[in-house]
Amino acid sequence: MIKTAEELAKKQRDISIAEFFEKNRHLLGFDNPRKALLTAVKEGVDNALDACEEARILPEINIELIQLSETRFRVVMEDNGPGIIKKQIPNIFAKLLYGSKFHKLSASRGQQGIGISAAGLYAQLTTGKPVTIKSKTSKEQPAVVMKLKIDTSANKPEIVEETTEDWEDKEHGTKIEMDMEASYQKGRQSVDEYLKQTAIVNPHATIIYTDPSAAQIIFPRAVEELPPEPKEIKPHPYGVELGRLIRLLEVTEAKTLQQFLTTEFVRVGAGTAKEICQNSALLPNTKPANISREMAENLHRGINKTKIIAPPTDCISPIGESQLEKGLRKEINAEFYAATTRPPAVYRGNPFIVEASIAYGGEQEADSAIRIMRFANRVPLQYQQGACAITNAIQNTSWKLYGLQQSKGSLPSGPCTIVVHMTSVWVPFTSESKEALAHYPEIIKEVKLALQEVGRKLASYVNKKRRIGEESKKRSYIEKYIPHVAEALKELLGLPEARKKIIEDNLAEILEHVRGELEEIGVDNPDYDPELAEIGQEDQEADYEDDESEVRMNKKDKQKRLIEDEND
Amino acid sequence: MTKSKVLQSIQGIAQGVYDKISQKKQPQLEMPIRALSNVSYDDKSGFFKLLDKVKTRTLTASTIRTFAQTLRMMGLSKQLVETDDIATKREAYYVSKNWGEARFREQPESDAVMDDIEASLSVNREQIGFIADEHGGDVAGSLVVNDKDETGKPIKIDCTKFGSGAYSIPTSVEELKFETKAKFILAIETKGMFERLNRHGYWKTANCILISMGGVPSRACRRFIRKLSDEHHLPVLVFCDSDPYGFFSIYRTLKVGSGNAAHINEFFCVPQARFLGVTPQDIIDYKLPTHPLKDVDYKKIKDVIKNDPFCHHSKEWQKALEQMAKMKVRAEQQALAAWGLNFVIDRYLPEKINSPKTWLP
Repeated sequence: MIKTAEELAKKQRDISIAEFFEKNRHLLGFDNPRKALLTAVKEGVDNALDACEEARILPEINIELIQLSETRFRVVMEDNGPGIIKKQIPNIFAKLLYGSKFHKLSASRGQQGIGISAAGLYAQLTTGKPVTIKSKTSKEQPAVVMKLKIDTSANKPEIVEETTEDWEDKEHGTKIEMDMEASYQKGRQSVDEYLKQTAIVNPHATIIYTDPSAAQIIFPRAVEELPPEPKEIKPHPYGVELGRLIRLLEVTEAKTLQQFLTTEFVRVGAGTAKEICQNSALLPNTKPANISREMAENLHRGINKTKIIAPPTDCISPIGESQLEKGLRKEINAEFYAATTRPPAVYRGNPFIVEASIAYGGEQEADSAIRIMRFANRVPLQYQQGACAITNAIQNTSWKLYGLQQSKGSLPSGPCTIVVHMTSVWVPFTSESKEALAHYPEIIKEVKLALQEVGRKLASYVNKKRRIGEESKKRSYIEKYIPHVAEALKELLGLPEARKKIIEDNLAEILEHVRGELEEIGVDNPDYDPELAEIGQEDQEADYEDDESEVRMNKKDKQKRLIEDEND
Repeated sequence: MTKSKVLQSIQGIAQGVYDKISQKKQPQLEMPIRALSNVSYDDKSGFFKLLDKVKTRTLTASTIRTFAQTLRMMGLSKQLVETDDIATKREAYYVSKNWGEARFREQPESDAVMDDIEASLSVNREQIGFIADEHGGDVAGSLVVNDKDETGKPIKIDCTKFGSGAYSIPTSVEELKFETKAKFILAIETKGMFERLNRHGYWKTANCILISMGGVPSRACRRFIRKLSDEHHLPVLVFCDSDPYGFFSIYRTLKVGSGNAAHINEFFCVPQARFLGVTPQDIIDYKLPTHPLKDVDYKKIKDVIKNDPFCHHSKEWQKALEQMAKMKVRAEQQALAAWGLNFVIDRYLPEKINSPKTWLP
């Protein structure tokens, strides 16, 4: 039956962002019940840490998971952050793409303003229940308690209930409660592991975690200073896409193009602005409002033709070599540690810093692939390891030079853990669920440089270890034959039995003298915290079961993907 | 060297090692290098003389195993000499199996250690209680060997009385006495050729003594020929395959000795030996069937010309080797059979024996 365009048109309508994500929840990290639980906790914790740091408060975060039925969990998250004013609560928690971080550039955890509202949306979808938010902004005022739902067709918050409450013992903070369909499993991709890794790279935070069995784990604060406040910067012209440029031109308050360029961007002074205008064949006094799409395209080309100084890099702060290594020492009982922080670099106008640390030997398994811990802006990345630029950089580094085994193009193997942290004003993820870094050549290059730095330190240790190994082998070899020399001399010279011992001792001394003292190596790591290390270790079999990447992918596919990645 | 001198030398070495250890210094063992690079040759002496290059084995991690083995082997030797016993090289290797970690893994290891000890004491291995289990050689012809039986009673062995078999040269020949009326000794490389000549009574026809060396002649075989030749002024003619191995492994070892046992060459070689054939020129003169030279043959020729002091000394041999390299072929003794099975008896040997100018020195 043929349908008319008019008939078809009846079915064509706007799709709200909320509706879109309702159908495509995997894009936000809610693909399956196990991952949904982790994503919800992660969004809550990321927001709490961001809020505390912005308000310069040492974070104390309380996470509780309560199992309501076999497939239903209550997630309770409370922080000591600045709280949220009443007017903003509905938008922040029940409207997708609402947030303070999307339009500014600073090294925060949240970026898009999707996360926590998406968690609420998921909770609502799977249980039909609203999300409860309690927030208190000062001692003088009572806490606001709101039950919120999202009107998915309009992407608008719906306040189901609003009350106030005296939140005793709390000066300020936010508490979120949501019921959702989920499943809880321990292992490398668990909430437990996420919180542990978060604690490792955020030593200024205290995290108190109560798991579904009501067991409580406390990750106490290790340092009393907050990391330097992430500075907000304006975008650098090189990183701006055409569409964004057009929008910026629409909303700017600048009167002229030159003013627009100098006020909306970093590193553009009057001189540079004039040069850009010249390279774009546009007059500096053109009104931004009068710039057509074609003119904007010229401007975009003009920007890229103009030499502009790299963006400032003091807006990002790394974890730092010593903190990074200290964190790793708590987690892994190894023989050797090294860490490095690269100087800032820039991709597409965004400044970023890569850090890497490595733990080698000790109790780690020697025959399997190395363990990788990835972090972006102090957030652990637990899924999509195979799709991540960090993994790619590790695979494409020649670890054989540094004493690890590696077949071409794959992860090295050996008793080793590698930590890579990337911090930037804008971390490029491959998807909204923020699980893997996009493959920008500049980022891969920096990661590789960081890996090479720790790799070189590793190599000198591995070589030293090999030398000592060979030496002690030689020594035991010597010890094996000393008695025979003594026995033969006794026989040849008819010496009394007691002489043999003297000969043996003398020989041992002679050879020791010739060979020098043997250096002791081994595990010596007072920072190691076995209880901490145990978290996330349990139930490793279950790991990756939900992860579509990597493990089940056969080699061919993997290679294909790598090639595709390169072409990106 | 007398028994007591041997024991004294062994103890002297052990004492040296022991003194060093007592002084807490690294002990050393010194022994002559056993290779062609450490021998010289001149016509006057007529054998490979040992030069004075020595290797020093200082006790370190990498030498301690051999060091211990050398001392233990000296211990075994001392015990053998003291008790008038002997052990074959193979037996000595098995004795080492009681030495735990210091035992030898393969017999070549124990042979090398034994040769080192022998060389550093400058004695023949029989003098330190070890005997080779190599084949000594077969003898046929008009020769009576005066030996002793197991009780020490003198006996006479008539080498004409072995029929199609032969008298076998014992490991130790020093005490033997000979009675003979033969005119020369014919030393033959292969058992096959020896059998043919023996079966046809060639020793009778030519009035000679036939000795089969069976490849490179053993020490006993060399010493036997030397003693026999010296005592009865018999010329020694050597009959080998025409190839580099026949010339410079078999003939040269018989005539001037080896690099490996240079410390005893003086007595264990036959400087008066001459190479009867088959020479490269014989291949042409007798139109013998040939085989192409192999890579190892070319290598051996090159090596001999470059490194063998005997060859350096002999223009004729250099020419013969160059001629062979140019001809690119070699020939076996048995190739003479191409002209009839008894061609060797009827024509080749008589002709060659009567024309010394076709021999090689």
